[in-house]
Amino acid sequence: MLELTGVSRSFGDVRALDSVSFAVERGRLTGFVGGNGAGKTTAMRIVLGVLSADAGSVSIDGRPVDAATRRTFGYMPEERGLYPRMRVAEQLAYLARLHGVDRATADRRARELLTRLDLVGRADDRLDTLSLGNQQRAQIAAALVHEPSLLVLDEPFSGLDPIAVDTVMSVLSERAHAGAPVLFSSHQLDVVERLCDDVVIIAGGRIVAAGDREQLRAQHTEPRYRLRGGGDQRWLAEVPGLEVLERSEGEALFQADEATAQRALEAALAHGPVTEFAPVRPSLAEIFREVIRDEAPRGRTAVAA
Amino acid sequence: MSTQNPGRLALLVAEREITTQLRSRAFIVSTAIMLVGILAGIVIGSAVSRHSESSPAGGSGTERVAVVPATAGDLQGLPGFVAVPVADEAAARAAVQDGTVKAALLPGAAGATVRIVALDSAPATLVAVLTRAPAVELISPAAVSDTLRYLVPFGFGIVFLIVVMVFGQTIAQNTVIEKQTRVVEVLLSAVPARVLMAGKVAGGSVLALGQAAAMALVTLLALKITGQNHVISLVGAPVGWFVVFFVVGFVLFAAMFAAAASLVSRVEDTGPVVLPVTVLGLIPFYLVIFGTGSAVLMRVLSYVPFSAVMAMPVRVFLGDAAWWEPPVSLLLLVATAAGVVMLAAMVYERSVLRTGARVRLGDVLGRRAAA
Repeated sequence: MLELTGVSRSFGDVRALDSVSFAVERGRLTGFVGGNGAGKTTAMRIVLGVLSADAGSVSIDGRPVDAATRRTFGYMPEERGLYPRMRVAEQLAYLARLHGVDRATADRRARELLTRLDLVGRADDRLDTLSLGNQQRAQIAAALVHEPSLLVLDEPFSGLDPIAVDTVMSVLSERAHAGAPVLFSSHQLDVVERLCDDVVIIAGGRIVAAGDREQLRAQHTEPRYRLRGGGDQRWLAEVPGLEVLERSEGEALFQADEATAQRALEAALAHGPVTEFAPVRPSLAEIFREVIRDEAPRGRTAVAA
Repeated sequence: MSTQNPGRLALLVAEREITTQLRSRAFIVSTAIMLVGILAGIVIGSAVSRHSESSPAGGSGTERVAVVPATAGDLQGLPGFVAVPVADEAAARAAVQDGTVKAALLPGAAGATVRIVALDSAPATLVAVLTRAPAVELISPAAVSDTLRYLVPFGFGIVFLIVVMVFGQTIAQNTVIEKQTRVVEVLLSAVPARVLMAGKVAGGSVLALGQAAAMALVTLLALKITGQNHVISLVGAPVGWFVVFFVVGFVLFAAMFAAAASLVSRVEDTGPVVLPVTVLGLIPFYLVIFGTGSAVLMRVLSYVPFSAVMAMPVRVFLGDAAWWEPPVSLLLLVATAAGVVMLAAMVYERSVLRTGARVRLGDVLGRRAAA
């Protein structure tokens, strides 16, 4: 388990991270969500040791992360970057060797990974001859080629078509199931919602919500229910303790506590057949908007996101 | 992982720098052109000088000299002169005046055997053949000809300058490209910044030394072809010192190029930041090639680390340096290089991740500089 504890970092007068603490469990995909300049990239760079923290610690399985451990991590930075004039497979093998893999293994893994990512046909082409989407795959391969013990990916899905998203996703899940903690950031909240086991939400350099995706949704679920059927539904307004939020065409959205909702269901059944009755859970996007709104905006924007 | 010691990582980085460069067609072609240029320069130069050495006596033609009956015998048997008999001194003077002859040989005044009359300058060759030169004994003959006195400093200087500029610029370019393409962030997740820089400097140094060695070999080859073996024996020891100074001096410059380049994020911005480093190489070069006449200046230059690479081997060549001087100067150079490399590593480490506007040197060297 990767754990950040009280990590802070400032750039000049700007506090990019303010006592950030969260954990990334082994075997789980953790989505890292936040607006522009919220501090995602800074936090990730600190995990990788590319940037140093002013305060706080990063540990893995309870031990502080040192340089040797970091070298087993895999990283895909937000700002994409590989050598444009180097051949793809050669470049991957080079990066694997920098991470301590021997030459023969590095060559073999580079080819395997390219095959897995449907890129093996371009293995001996120069990177800058590849399309942007394929360069993106090569970048993901670069993060994976040394079979990292932990994966940190900054916006791995941006620029990928839906099929590529699925391919990459299955590769990431594989790494997670092999026991590596996987942390990735994304602006595409629907992707995070679909793929992540855990979610960490950061705003203004602070963690505003973190935990199991479903638990988070449950926590942020206001007691809302959707009711379809039950006659003309005008009677709903007379149920005590119940507030109708929306009503149209035999469908209503109302707010009520659990007991009141059950009474409303009984009343509905008495008025006519009910085709749907369900608690309404917010999407990640809604939770995100909610928790972000609660955060007081910072005076200045961060220089490094 | 204990297997990843910094030395191995730096070697890996150096290896990539070297193979990338060796695969660059521009590099191979420019090196080939340079080597061919050196070879051609020496061979042609030697042919030209041999030609001009053989010309004074015979030359392309002959000099016409007017003789009167009294002096006709004096010119007989001298190669390169054609005697043009004239009646008397007046006729001889007229012939000189109208240019039909170069000079006139007339009977000498009292005491002298002959007298030469020429138009506006003394006909040196004629004077020479008619004069008996006294024997000359030099107590301490100059070991080195004037041509060599000029060529050797120039050679050392130009080789160092070219190699430093070419490979220094390459290191600077690669540093900026890594920053511009952001690959540096991926690299830094595996390799500490200092190790990355060390690998770059090492790779550049190997290439630089290789190219310098190739130039030296071609020079020796050319001297051998043209039969100038005496030159080879003259430059042997200075070249040995030059190689040692060269390696250390190159590392000094390479580190400065890498650090300077790490301050900017775009290849287009590289020029201005590496300019001061370039100037640090150019000024000593000019001082050394134009300063060989001044022993004091050369002595100073041979101890200043930025010019020592060029100046000290020249002093060894000229026989001006005491045995202990090159080692002392080398020690100074090594110490300076070590200091500059450490400083450069600090600059590199602190600025290599900062993209966007040019990083100010003061910012990264300040005590509270962001890492």
